[in-house]
Amino acid sequence: MLNYLIRRVALAVVVLFGLLVATFFIIHLVPGDPVEIVLGGHAPPAQIASVRHQLGLDRPLLSQFGLYLSRMVQGHFGVSFTLGSPVGQIIGQRLGPSAALIGYGMLLSVLIGVPLAIFAALRPNRWLDKAIRVGTTLTFAMPGFWLGLMLALIFGLELGWFPVSGYSGGIGGIFRTLTLPALALGLALAGVVVRTLRSSLLEVLQSEYIEAARSRGLSELRVVGKHALRNSVMNTLTILSVNVGFLIGGTVVIEQVFQIPGLGSLLVEAVEKRDYQLVQTLALLAGSAVVLASLAADLVQATLDPRVRLAGR
Amino acid sequence: MSAIDLLSEPAAPGATTVEAPRSGGIIRRLPLEAKIGAGILLVLFLAGLLAPLIAPYGQNELDFTNIFSGPSASHLFGTDGAGRDVFSRTLYALRLDLGVVLLVTYPPLVVGVLVGAVAGYFGGLVDAIVARIVDTMIAFPFMVLVIAVIAIVGPGIKGVLIGVPIVAWALYARLARSEMLVLREQQFMLATTALGYSRWRAIFRHAVPNLLRSSLIYSTLDMVVNLLLLASLAYLGLGAQPPNAELGSIIADGQSTLLSAWWIATLPGLVVVLFGIGAGLLGDGISDGKLRGRLQ
Repeated sequence: MLNYLIRRVALAVVVLFGLLVATFFIIHLVPGDPVEIVLGGHAPPAQIASVRHQLGLDRPLLSQFGLYLSRMVQGHFGVSFTLGSPVGQIIGQRLGPSAALIGYGMLLSVLIGVPLAIFAALRPNRWLDKAIRVGTTLTFAMPGFWLGLMLALIFGLELGWFPVSGYSGGIGGIFRTLTLPALALGLALAGVVVRTLRSSLLEVLQSEYIEAARSRGLSELRVVGKHALRNSVMNTLTILSVNVGFLIGGTVVIEQVFQIPGLGSLLVEAVEKRDYQLVQTLALLAGSAVVLASLAADLVQATLDPRVRLAGR
Repeated sequence: MSAIDLLSEPAAPGATTVEAPRSGGIIRRLPLEAKIGAGILLVLFLAGLLAPLIAPYGQNELDFTNIFSGPSASHLFGTDGAGRDVFSRTLYALRLDLGVVLLVTYPPLVVGVLVGAVAGYFGGLVDAIVARIVDTMIAFPFMVLVIAVIAIVGPGIKGVLIGVPIVAWALYARLARSEMLVLREQQFMLATTALGYSRWRAIFRHAVPNLLRSSLIYSTLDMVVNLLLLASLAYLGLGAQPPNAELGSIIADGQSTLLSAWWIATLPGLVVVLFGIGAGLLGDGISDGKLRGRLQ
């Protein structure tokens, strides 16, 4: 286990370092000048030079990179020049709604996806399976923001069950304000959960130990519920961790649809105000969240499933 | 063996001469769902391509005597707050969006397959480096990375054209690499070594044609992902800029009048869904669902 742990953590560290490199070079190599972006284009050369110096952009690229690296690793994300406060602090204030939205979206995707996957796998190629397949194709094809708007139209404006914009904290507040956004986010993921879990269940159900369980006369409920499903829990966990990036991207749009003051809407504001330092930090944070989520999922899996941690030997 | 089942027969030298007469047979052999999917995509691509010819009105043709009128025979998708015909705008939007989708899907496919093929064939240090770069690119939430690029390049199609390919090649590289690892142990690939072919000839003439198939299958789904991304960016105001009609921006325009003029946001959205269904059916039909699982 220790062996696996070290290898897996080392891999995550390499990718995190890659993210640091990528966020740095995207700012510096993509056409477009950050200073001009900050100043808005028509600034006198003297001012451009002074801002350049202030941001450290007049140093050689490698020394800039060193500085960037040491700052980021220590958690000094700089000061946002449009909002005037430390980037870390701003992000801290907006983290809550986004985290709640992602967590709620995941929960809904599991609550919707897992039962449907079981139904579909138990009676493959029957009408229910086909209907579920059509449904997942639909959710895959829908733009998240459009689905959000349609949910807002039906359940918010027509039926009046939920408000169509805003956010409030607490369990009750989250249920009231985030149910529709989380549904818009979770339905697309539920489609992925159904498809992947269905095919893995089908595979498990044909295996010999399931046959053995059946031949011992165990009830179908026990066979599926206790034996087959247990092996598929890991799959679901992997699907969720692989899709953390998808969910984070989704919150950017969904937060805009429902006017939720989270990190996604912060990112859009930052781009509109051309606050590239804030954008850089948010991109880095989003990437790190994905890396850490997949690390966590792999470690949980290795703890529970000896085949994983012993595989590389 | 399952990884190989997907692949067509190994292309032997000179096999290109038999390709042409077989191609008609391939279309006929496709499952029904793939044919329907291909038909839907064909109609939508043609609609976009021919938009200037078939659109009943101009994309910015104003008519203030006829604002917010619902779907009718003269305005299939109704009109918006400036009396513009939403159907015509949708056609022009398809033209712009699908053009950009092709540009950000297929060039990265070519790059990704080549990079993945080389990495998988040679293995060792090259492979390890490529694999880590791919891991890094895939770790970024796609949307966030493209938005970060747009923050520097400035809002508009240009940001999409730069931002999407930066990431998009990585998925194809991962796919091609994992197939190459299996492929290079195949008899016909071992034969290229035995026959003394150069490594590059072995990779480009013999391995790549086999790797392309699954990447092309995946590209049908990738087009949907890219279309959704493009529409989402336009919805956020970061994609195509007015006065160009774009699917996401038409929907965004309709958001404030969702209750009184539902058609502005709803109907162009359904066109996006239709594209996704077409691509999904085509992709499912030709892959039999095997590929999707492997990309997880």
